[in-house]
Amino acid sequence: MKIVVLVKQVPDSGVERTLRVDDNTVDRGSAGNVINEMDEYAIEEALRLREAHGGEVTLLTMGPEKAAESIRKALSMGPDGAVHVLDDALPGSCAPATSKVLAAALTTLEPDLVLCGSESTDGRVQVIPHMLAERLGIAALTGARKLTVDADAVTIERQTEEGYEVIRAATPAIVSVWDTINEPRYPSFKGIKAAKKKPVRTLSLADLGIAADEVGTAGATSEVVSHSRRPPRSGGAKITDEGDGGVRLVEFLATEKFV
Amino acid sequence: MAEVLVVVEHSTGTVKKVTLEMLTLARELGTPAAVVLGGPGTAAALTDKLGEYGAQRVYVAEHSDVDGYLVAPKAAVLASLVRDVQPAAVLLASTQEGKEIAGRLAIKLDNGLLTDAVAVAPDGTATQVVFAGSTIVTSRVTRGLPLVTIRPNSVTPSPAPASPELSTVDVTVDGSAKLATVVQRVAEAKGARPELAEASVVVSGGRGVGSADNFALVEELADLLGGAVGASRAATDSGFYPHQFQVGQTGKTVSPQLYLALGISGAIQHRAGMQTSKVIVAVNKDADAPIFDLTDFGVVGDLFKVVPQAAEEIRKRK
Ligand SMILES: Cc1cc2nc3c(=O)[nH]c(=O)nc-3n(C[C@H](O)[C@H](O)[C@H](O)COP(=O)(O)OP(=O)(O)OC[C@H]3O[C@@H](n4cnc5c(N)ncnc54)[C@H](O)[C@@H]3O)c2cc1C
Ligand SMILES: Nc1ncnc2c1ncn2[C@@H]1O[C@H](COP(=O)(O)O)[C@@H](O)[C@H]1O
Repeated sequence: MKIVVLVKQVPDSGVERTLRVDDNTVDRGSAGNVINEMDEYAIEEALRLREAHGGEVTLLTMGPEKAAESIRKALSMGPDGAVHVLDDALPGSCAPATSKVLAAALTTLEPDLVLCGSESTDGRVQVIPHMLAERLGIAALTGARKLTVDADAVTIERQTEEGYEVIRAATPAIVSVWDTINEPRYPSFKGIKAAKKKPVRTLSLADLGIAADEVGTAGATSEVVSHSRRPPRSGGAKITDEGDGGVRLVEFLATEKFV
Repeated sequence: MAEVLVVVEHSTGTVKKVTLEMLTLARELGTPAAVVLGGPGTAAALTDKLGEYGAQRVYVAEHSDVDGYLVAPKAAVLASLVRDVQPAAVLLASTQEGKEIAGRLAIKLDNGLLTDAVAVAPDGTATQVVFAGSTIVTSRVTRGLPLVTIRPNSVTPSPAPASPELSTVDVTVDGSAKLATVVQRVAEAKGARPELAEASVVVSGGRGVGSADNFALVEELADLLGGAVGASRAATDSGFYPHQFQVGQTGKTVSPQLYLALGISGAIQHRAGMQTSKVIVAVNKDADAPIFDLTDFGVVGDLFKVVPQAAEEIRKRK
């Protein structure tokens, strides 16, 4: 089975993140960059499928030069190789443009199964899997907490507000995973060494037959007009419990009309 | 005035609150028109409520195909409706399904998309709060019409009674939208608490709560305040509380009137899901816990003493 895992490099969500002042795009230079956490679960799931069914696991990422570090790190978990779409015209790409690029790359890779995270921590848009499905004419099964693959079909279970659902589709298909699906492995020393030698193919927009003005800031379908720091919340009262903390808490709630 | 299509979010025969928020918002942008997507017989139970909040028209798109497959049929129906109606804007809820439908719609219509908006100005410019609530962004769609998903609890719904005209939408879904079949839908007992994303009061517990059994304390306080129960990731990962109640970056985003954090340190990823709450209260035994940077009222103390006393005090006042 040929599995492609979509991996995105994002600014570390554990530190302050900002938008750039000059062009209102995500500042990917200053913040520490990491693999989008959800994508690690997708990689783990792909590796488990390879262990069970054989085949190969290829990573696909669209991102700046720096994303190469994240690709090596992801490869150290065990995938066979990676494809990096890298082009000067790409910065500032909106979700529809990103999906156009990833869809073109997937067409060249011809996977049986595409795995990705349910959302990226910078954009949090949760739309890439369905946009890809729309473009490629294949099924998207999103938010999986359980995934099974048999013969020519995939089945997922996913949490809903009301309970859970079981969804099934023929392959090829795209499955996005939630962080409840597994526990991603830590790269082993051997894995880290092996990752250095694994093939990483770089593709440009020209390789994919996409014009520069279809993506990036030039081809954006939406724009950020302005951005500002949200004013910090002004520190309210802080009391130390001296035996009446619960009562004073309720007194506060009462003044705010919650009780 | 052109219509503004509001895609109705509904569950078990009731209109979800976020729909009423969207209808309230839609009045500023044009003539509100609700779109009901569902199996046969879905709309009947919903139209009164939609009218009460200002829907001048209700488009009814009912067919077993609409909910027999994952989102694609809904996007297909909407795309043809948008082409017919030429609305001023399309609003969906910023829920997983709302965003997914919107994503597909954007591709079908070659249209831009804005997600997670907390406000939309009459010219279609949307306001979004990003990066764990630290940054406010205004943005607009530059290709096509404003296609925007709205975060629940962003707008105060206000009634504006209307008698909506019903328009039946012809649903024809071709094979390309019927690839992901819903094989089974399993309802789990939900109890009487409000839904986390829509609740006006949320009481959350973190690692400090210590165990699944102790979460009874969190539930008790939530019930006394008529609220929903939430949990930090440390609490869900430790098995204290089910994952679907996680608040934060990889969980739900909540924006209630009151957020009460019990035994939660206030890591950036947790703040991401609750920072826009109106009033924030915390109980934590560590006076330096970052959660106190956000609180309107903080109690430095042991939650096992403070919470039972607070519960007792609320009961006394009732
Ligand atoms: C990519 C990524 C995504 C993440 N997404 C989320 C997310 O969606 N949601 C989320 O919550 N976290 C998320 N996290 C985890 C986050 O970084 C924190 O680890 C987590 O929020 C901590 O949970 P906590 O506050 O319950 O636990 P802790 O940080 O351990 O804090 C427990 C607090 O309880 C207090 N306490 C202990 N005992 C008592 C007592 N008896 N009385 C009063 N106070 C007491 C302690 O002083 C402490 O402040 C994410 C992390 C990453 C890397
Ligand atoms: N630039 C990208 N390169 C590779 N994968 C991506 C990219 N952007 C998004 N994805 C994938 O799509 C998932 C959902 O992202 P999003 O729709 O942006 O929230 C992520 O978890 C990734 O797996």
